[in-house]
Amino acid sequence: MSEANTQQPDIIGRARADGQRIIRDWFEELMKAENNNEPTCYVFVIAGVGEILNAFGIHMFFPEIGALQSAVRKQSLDYINLAEDYGFSPDVCGYVKADVGFHLSGMKHPMGQIPKPKLVIAPNLCNTYVKWAEIWERWYNVPVFVLDIPGMRGTGWYREPNSEDFQADVRYVKAQLEEIIELCEKVTGKKFKMDWLAEAEHQVNIMGEAWAKTINLNQNVPAPFNAMADGLTYLGMVNILRGKVEGAKYFTDLLEETEEKVRLGIGALPNEKYRLVFSGTACYPKFRRFTDLFESWGAAFTHSDYLGYAGGALSNGISYDTSRPLDSLAEQLVYTTQRAASNMFFSEDQFAQWFKEWKADGVVYHAVKSCRTVSTGMADNRLNLIRKHNIPCLMIESDLVDPRVWSEAQIKNRIDAFFESLESRRAREGKAS
Amino acid sequence: MPELDDIIRKCTESLEDPNMPTVRAWKEAHPDRKVIGHFQVYFPEEIIEAGGWLPVKVLGGGNIVEVRQADAHIASFVCSIIRTSLEMGFNGNLSFLEGLITHPICDGARNVAGLWGRNFPDQLAHILYLPQNANSKGALQFLVDEYRRLIRELEARGFGPLTSDALRRSLGVFNENRRLMRELYRIKRETPWQLPLSEVYVLVRMAGMMSREEHNRLLRRVLELVPERQGRKQDKLRVVFEGGFCEQPPLDMLRALEENCYVVDDDFMIGLRWITSDVPEEGDPLHNLARAYLEQSTYSPVQHDQRKPKEEMLLERIRHSKADACIVSAAKMCEPGLDEQVVYIKTLEAEKIPYLVTEFEEKETVFENFRMQVETFVESIMFD
Repeated sequence: MSEANTQQPDIIGRARADGQRIIRDWFEELMKAENNNEPTCYVFVIAGVGEILNAFGIHMFFPEIGALQSAVRKQSLDYINLAEDYGFSPDVCGYVKADVGFHLSGMKHPMGQIPKPKLVIAPNLCNTYVKWAEIWERWYNVPVFVLDIPGMRGTGWYREPNSEDFQADVRYVKAQLEEIIELCEKVTGKKFKMDWLAEAEHQVNIMGEAWAKTINLNQNVPAPFNAMADGLTYLGMVNILRGKVEGAKYFTDLLEETEEKVRLGIGALPNEKYRLVFSGTACYPKFRRFTDLFESWGAAFTHSDYLGYAGGALSNGISYDTSRPLDSLAEQLVYTTQRAASNMFFSEDQFAQWFKEWKADGVVYHAVKSCRTVSTGMADNRLNLIRKHNIPCLMIESDLVDPRVWSEAQIKNRIDAFFESLESRRAREGKAS
Repeated sequence: MPELDDIIRKCTESLEDPNMPTVRAWKEAHPDRKVIGHFQVYFPEEIIEAGGWLPVKVLGGGNIVEVRQADAHIASFVCSIIRTSLEMGFNGNLSFLEGLITHPICDGARNVAGLWGRNFPDQLAHILYLPQNANSKGALQFLVDEYRRLIRELEARGFGPLTSDALRRSLGVFNENRRLMRELYRIKRETPWQLPLSEVYVLVRMAGMMSREEHNRLLRRVLELVPERQGRKQDKLRVVFEGGFCEQPPLDMLRALEENCYVVDDDFMIGLRWITSDVPEEGDPLHNLARAYLEQSTYSPVQHDQRKPKEEMLLERIRHSKADACIVSAAKMCEPGLDEQVVYIKTLEAEKIPYLVTEFEEKETVFENFRMQVETFVESIMFD
């Protein structure tokens, strides 16, 4: 261990340890919320408006994180079976079914008891969010607010903030944010204060800046964090802590730790041989095995589009103007959503850019049956990268949370064949292994 | 052959030809004008016709188009309508399009603009964001602005010029069209032996493949001829079919269904019948059209609107059409349809309304199992 490392022994590994503690604390707070008559809002990882909810002191539960955690703890299939017995088709999203089964089983999650929602905010960036929210709406007679954030309209369709199109989108989003605030006032009995929102945004500014810088540090060789495994922890924090002082601290600490790793040459993988950009999500019931199949080849995941759209679209940073909090919230929601979430449908050149900037050897696409938002266009994107940019790409298919869709032999064969072709390519290009 | 039968036959042939001969005929007759494709479910076609172009509903190739290229571009667990639509693009079936406009009705569909734009870069491949928060006070103005944005995009390609008067005239044409379609559905509801499901279906679907003025002429003639039909009322179960809002079942499946049932109401091609009453033709026509989308409309699983709880609206459809039972269907891999099925089933059970649950795929060609399912279902009710 280097001298610098012995001087700051707690930094390396701090983010992971803190993240695990924060997740446990989060579940514990949720368990107490209902008994303490504190309202909980069910939200999603894209456009969760933690800025407003934290301003009101409303707890946030992310059912996606709940479903993901159930899968990592090998409980998801039991929940899915309950949902299918109830009537849901095998072709319905696994997250939805894992959550339905969890509710049908009395809401006892492996991580603790989850409170019923007093409010639901379902953004439109995934249509399944809305169908999912409708289930709770009917079961719990809970108000469901569909937060509609208009996204990219087509390839290359970026609009500057002062344009007519952008301002039309902002007006619509602002009207909805005002309606969300009214709902929160009804649910909590508190009168909204703009200062609360300004303070929450200030924390998100700090968080967003640190997070964007951290992501970019993975351009270094070796990559200091695993975009898949570590990225999952960080994404949890981005969502759970959005708008909180603790969130700003977590990410400034993370940035510090990651910079230290870069300084010391500590990589996520001891012997990084290949660097990959990843598109999609992992297969969570097989998470460890999924990453092993790549790491056994010395392959590190250095970047992923998941870090953008599943992280509240903060991957490029964010710049709230806290002197005009509500207008700025609407503007930044539109801006970040269009550039770090809905642009996934038009990402043909984005991956080529990441391949170059993150010094990657290939791109891995993981299409999941449960998520047609992310998966539908992957095969086409892959073809585009291969034909237009000559980038080696691998495509595998399984599922988010349903272990029945995981076929290890097939997936391993494809992964091994991919790395064999990368090795051949290196040998032809005369690169050192 | 009686004239009405001949009209149905010709419409069926057009519908089953993936090269869309009625659209190509229009293009030949108007070489300086263009065609805009629009995906399911709803699209403000009035705007396109008012600007002199033809709106055409792109909804896949059914069991007519064989998928050869599209599978390499789309993940395996995606519905067939997206797959065959892309295949029609590769085949040249849709070579007349200036562009394809989609709306994020579902997670698969929100990818279509990207897929289309990458593979057919000369065409405009855009998303039209119909508001998904129909209850927001900001929704109406947003939709007006979004319609204006679409108009600007099209004008950059030679569309229009679009005048308010032209749009008002177009509203009038489409209002009449919807009145004529409602009349077809009235006949189907009250005297279904005169105009069975498969024929009404073909006639309605043609609306998305020709100009509305031409479609109005077609429907007016059909309605003149219907009273001449000698049909005889049969002892068949009256059912509502729910699940045809996007991917369409094959015609032969509808024929198998009507052998045993009178389908007295349904949601087939609901996008073409989305607006349920006349759009006001006075005042600001764009504003009126946007308002109609939000305030004068029916329901589907792809829209969330607190004023229109879908299970309540299904019950109303069943009551209004005096149906005895419901066929609750969904296209394979259709997330919104499959999710909604569960709610519908629970509601029908609570109301003690008999129902049959099915799935379908547009590319099916064999319906023996389906026929047996329906027969068994019907017998279980009629001979109980």
